[in-house]
Amino acid sequence: MSNYNYIALIPLLPLAGFLLLGLFGRRYFNKVSGILGTLLLGVSAILSLVAAYQYFIVNGMVDGVYPVIEPFKYTWLQFTDTLSIDMGILLDPISVMMLVVVTFVSLMVHIYSLGYMKGEERFATYYSYLQLFTFSMLGLVISSNLFQIYMFWELVGVSSYLLIGYYYDKPSAVAAGKKAFIVTRFADLFFLIGILILGFTGNSFDFNTLINTLTSSEFATHFGASFLGISVVTWALTLIFIGGAGKSAMFPLHIWLPDAMEGPTPVSALIHAATMVVAGVFLVARLFPVFAITDSGALEIVAYVGIFSALFAAVIACTQNDIKRVLAYSTMSQIGYMMFALGVSSFGEHGAGYTASMFHLFTHAFFKSLLFLGAGAVIHMVHSNNMQDMGGLRKYMPITNITFLIGCLAIAGVPPFAGFFSKEMILHAAYESHPGIFYVALLTSGLTAFYMFRLYFSIFWNKKAHLHGEHHSEGTFSMKLPLIILATLSIATGFIPFGNFVSSDKTVLHSHFDIVFSIAPVLIGLLGISIAYNFYQKQSDKPTKIAAAAGGFYKAAYQKFYIDEVYIFITKKIIFNLIGRPAAWFDRNIVDGFINLTGNTTTKISSTIKGLQSGKVQGYAMYFFGGVLVLTLFFIYCLK
Amino acid sequence: MEVTLTHILFLSTSLFFIGMYGLFTRRNMITMLMAIELILNSVNINFVAFNKYLYPEELTGVFFTIFIIAIAAAEAAVAIAIIIHIYRDHKSIDVEDSQDMKY
Amino acid sequence: MTTTKIFRAAVFLLFSLMGVAGLYFWMHVEFVAAVQIIVYVGGIVVLIIFSIFLTQEAGVEMPKATNTRLIFSTLASICGIVLTTLLIDQYAFPEISTMALDASPNNIGTNMMDYTEKGYALPFEVISILLLAAMVGSITIALKSKPEEV
Repeated sequence: MSNYNYIALIPLLPLAGFLLLGLFGRRYFNKVSGILGTLLLGVSAILSLVAAYQYFIVNGMVDGVYPVIEPFKYTWLQFTDTLSIDMGILLDPISVMMLVVVTFVSLMVHIYSLGYMKGEERFATYYSYLQLFTFSMLGLVISSNLFQIYMFWELVGVSSYLLIGYYYDKPSAVAAGKKAFIVTRFADLFFLIGILILGFTGNSFDFNTLINTLTSSEFATHFGASFLGISVVTWALTLIFIGGAGKSAMFPLHIWLPDAMEGPTPVSALIHAATMVVAGVFLVARLFPVFAITDSGALEIVAYVGIFSALFAAVIACTQNDIKRVLAYSTMSQIGYMMFALGVSSFGEHGAGYTASMFHLFTHAFFKSLLFLGAGAVIHMVHSNNMQDMGGLRKYMPITNITFLIGCLAIAGVPPFAGFFSKEMILHAAYESHPGIFYVALLTSGLTAFYMFRLYFSIFWNKKAHLHGEHHSEGTFSMKLPLIILATLSIATGFIPFGNFVSSDKTVLHSHFDIVFSIAPVLIGLLGISIAYNFYQKQSDKPTKIAAAAGGFYKAAYQKFYIDEVYIFITKKIIFNLIGRPAAWFDRNIVDGFINLTGNTTTKISSTIKGLQSGKVQGYAMYFFGGVLVLTLFFIYCLK
Repeated sequence: MEVTLTHILFLSTSLFFIGMYGLFTRRNMITMLMAIELILNSVNINFVAFNKYLYPEELTGVFFTIFIIAIAAAEAAVAIAIIIHIYRDHKSIDVEDSQDMKY
Repeated sequence: MTTTKIFRAAVFLLFSLMGVAGLYFWMHVEFVAAVQIIVYVGGIVVLIIFSIFLTQEAGVEMPKATNTRLIFSTLASICGIVLTTLLIDQYAFPEISTMALDASPNNIGTNMMDYTEKGYALPFEVISILLLAAMVGSITIALKSKPEEV
């Protein structure tokens, strides 16, 4: 057992970066803060690669199972003998994998931002926020118990709010930051209740102990508590999943994700492609043994929510014109894939879905951040987000063209790119357990190919480019380098035998590569690509004709199925009017009114008493006589 | 009917309260002064009555009465001086107009 | 006392004081009655009438007090009268002696100039000082301040 103590450095370096740049950056080293942040994160990335190498290769499996290592465990709040909130680091296959993903993508974003955000006044603040976010996410993935993960969960929410609302003088950005924070906070309420119930039933908050307790056989036989006809454990897991769904933008808590594109594009690449939105998936994966073994209906809910979100987002993405929104909806769709892959999986032998989901998480991080960074380069050049303003950019941005194409091919699932391998694994897992979900997923992957290539062709082909001015460049070297690295990875990571490393019971999963099976998804993908080629490669009016033919459905999809309007209706009409207004009325009139009443009464009494001292002598004489009379009566009749 | 002490005391009491009523009610300062004189007179009657009916061998009540009359005279003089002074300032001898010692 | 013309009020005061003097006469204390007439009627009422002339027109109607004040004053006075009468009735005065009061001027003068403990020489002197102080004070108060010489 070698020494894993350096793991603590991995999140602590970005934390130091945050404090340093946040407190001193603006004044002292505005220009070099980017380089400083990147260096700190580079060290973190190297350390996590070393850790991964050590965990997977050097130490490898112990008794055929990857060990769960806890290098640090520090008891913080001890409630009972068994129930305590600890702070610790937990290492198991998925957390090590996530360490690599998070640090690497964050490093790419840091390098990219050196060029993209150059000349910003709040350069150091931006980097400090990035470092804070990286710290929170790293803390989240190596948390060893439920409360610790909740703590970092909230920290991630705060840092994403700071980053989305980075351009704080744009009201839309501020509103988007608020929306993201409030929606995820609302979901976290359910998460907290789920944590409490789960901790109570399992009598511990620690992941290890919890999983062991809840999945043991005597628990299933003895614990029969149920609430409203559904077992308590199912309630707890569903509530925890709702919290995860909020962070991962599953339907119906997805409304914050498209609006969160108001933040700078590298931020979108980091947060909304690779790291924060997969926190929900990570949570379900972490508690996966409990989900699967206790035979609760929670896993079914995960699956159905996942597949519905995937299809829903794909349909909307076909109609959007803002390139970042298209990418946002595609993220939602891909996370739906990951979710339902977990949902259809079972534990152990047939746990292919688990491995597939984690594999897709791994590859998706790379090609989605590649797509976002490429979109950022395009936006940097054209100074607009709208697809209608773009076209024919392939001559002006060759590197972006190639890398963006690679990313699109990967997400469409074309071999030999990475997306093909992970998607095929997911579809295979779905086919084996839920054929209905498989067909829907197949349709969704066709839609995915269609809208991604619609995006690609509209940006780089289609019209003749009309750019204003010639001083727009493709971007600095620091912007191109991450694109190239990520594109290479999008190709290479497909070939990693993921089943050897990550599986639901931590043993090796032997996945078989079924060529016959893979034909159908690839064909559907190519069909989608060709339709998009037909419509968008040259300027034509076929898309508008189809849109008119689809009529109302197209309009509804373009308006994102009016979900936002429903939310606004609920909050404004119902909550504001029924709860907010009466509460405000109560506070203003009754609570404040009471205090004002006290003040006014005192003033009135005092002015009345003041009036006693008028200048009138006769008044004084009367009071005098009255007093004498009263005293006389008192002394004669009462004090006999 | 024999006139006892009680009758005289009743007379002086009513004179006293009539004077007090006048003191409270009148707005003219000089009429207030007149009412005060009535009050003093009632007290005088009291003294003399008590002296005559209860302690006839001494003259204490009579002397008190004489002294009170003298003092009342002095006090009336001072009061008139004050009234004239106030009249010079306010040009009126209405007590309602002299509310200077207000809050 | 309930007239509105001030001059009539002064005259009514005069009549009241004369009535009190008459009461003294009936009680056989002639000296006090004489003093009453000389000082009160002849001095104070004259002083009052004099000041009436100084300060306002004698024929002008005086303003009345407010109604609330009238009511309260009446109430206060009636209460006072009733209370005191009850007290007087219930009080048991000691045996009324049948000796007559000797208030002849001779007796009064002897007692007043008596400088032993039983005499009233000291109060006499004190009262004369008081009268002096009152005279000086009233002159000072009623003095018109001289206008400043330019």
